[in-house]
Amino acid sequence: MMSRKTLDLWVGVFVAIGFGALLFLALKVANLSSFAGAGAYQINAKFDNIGGLKVRAPVKSSGVVVGRVREIHFDNQTFEAVVTMSIESRYQFPKDTSAKILTSGLLGEQFIGLSAGGDTVNLHDGDALKITQSAVVLENLISQFLYSAAEGGGKAAEGGGKAVEGAGKKKP
Amino acid sequence: MSDASELLRRLGAHVTGMIWRLGFATRFFLLILKHSGTSFRRFHLTVREMYFSGVQSLIIIIVSGLFVGMVLGLQGYDTLVRYGSSEALGVLVALSLVRELGPVVAGLLFASRAGSAITAEIGLMKATEQLDAMEMMAVDPIARVVAPRFWAGVISMPLLAALFSAMGVFGGYLVGVRMIGVDEGSFWSQMKAAVDFGDDVLNGVIKSFVFGIAITWIAVFEGYDAPPTAEGVSGATTRTVVTASLWVLALDFVLTALMFRGD
Repeated sequence: MMSRKTLDLWVGVFVAIGFGALLFLALKVANLSSFAGAGAYQINAKFDNIGGLKVRAPVKSSGVVVGRVREIHFDNQTFEAVVTMSIESRYQFPKDTSAKILTSGLLGEQFIGLSAGGDTVNLHDGDALKITQSAVVLENLISQFLYSAAEGGGKAAEGGGKAVEGAGKKKP
Repeated sequence: MSDASELLRRLGAHVTGMIWRLGFATRFFLLILKHSGTSFRRFHLTVREMYFSGVQSLIIIIVSGLFVGMVLGLQGYDTLVRYGSSEALGVLVALSLVRELGPVVAGLLFASRAGSAITAEIGLMKATEQLDAMEMMAVDPIARVVAPRFWAGVISMPLLAALFSAMGVFGGYLVGVRMIGVDEGSFWSQMKAAVDFGDDVLNGVIKSFVFGIAITWIAVFEGYDAPPTAEGVSGATTRTVVTASLWVLALDFVLTALMFRGD
């Protein structure tokens, strides 16, 4: 039978290894170190269409992650999606910053890209972004392309296309 | 006719027996909770059991974690490289280990390595009338024998699961970065960006904690309930491994459905 001292030593080693592994998972594998402690402020943005944006998606500016999407809900008054982002306090943005929903790569996840404006006043907690650009929806792109292709084809085929073109020009 | 009624009678006895065991197991669990004061007041009792269930499971957990991670690295790379996203290997290895494989495989190993030992030990103590002797000396066997083993298992299991995941990530790193040559920077940074501490790591720890409770509960109960014969103890040991493994997998499904519903 082992003495109690050796036993305690081994169990101590075991617990230390276990907590070490947990610490490794928290700091090296997960992102606990990057968002710990530092304060964050919330800003809102309204989008016509958020595409496949998910909660916890990154918010990037010039490609650098500055925050995360906190919450997404639907505004039943304006019929728009309202996205709440939490931005790390060390990153300050001017009031006329614009937000776009972008996709990383061709099939990658969607994220919000912030482009800073030129205003001298910075955004504060709870502010809303005025200028936003919705996600690109593939189906809309295709239908736009087909529509313009069909229109172009019509023009080339017969003179009737000119009338359509003329009508289009009057509008503005 | 008598054959049919005999069959029916046996089926009924079997079902009643199962329900009786379920009720006894629940009462036994509450008894353990009631008598667990001793395992914390005289903590060296629990520490001693942690040596047997935790420290002695270290080798098997470390080695299997390493191998599972290395296999994940190879298989993950094989698939990911077809889509030109081999840098996401770290994400694949880390998420599958931290969320699922770490707690589940560590739980299965723990059930067969430590759970069976607990059942055999308590069952043999009962068969050789050591538990009765304790009661004669006014020592409560549940407080002195069962509760420390239970708490030792519950404490050890999350630590073993975390160790399994960490070793698996290391194994994936060895194969992916050192052997195949995936870029080291993107391996770690993509992993860090994708794995969340609260949603992934902590949920994994909660899972392994629940598995620890289920496995050791089944192990101590089967040991305590074992018929006091050689056959009875061996049957109880087998039942521990089978029941605990099934419960780990079933609970894993329930917990996964609750935690990762995919918002």
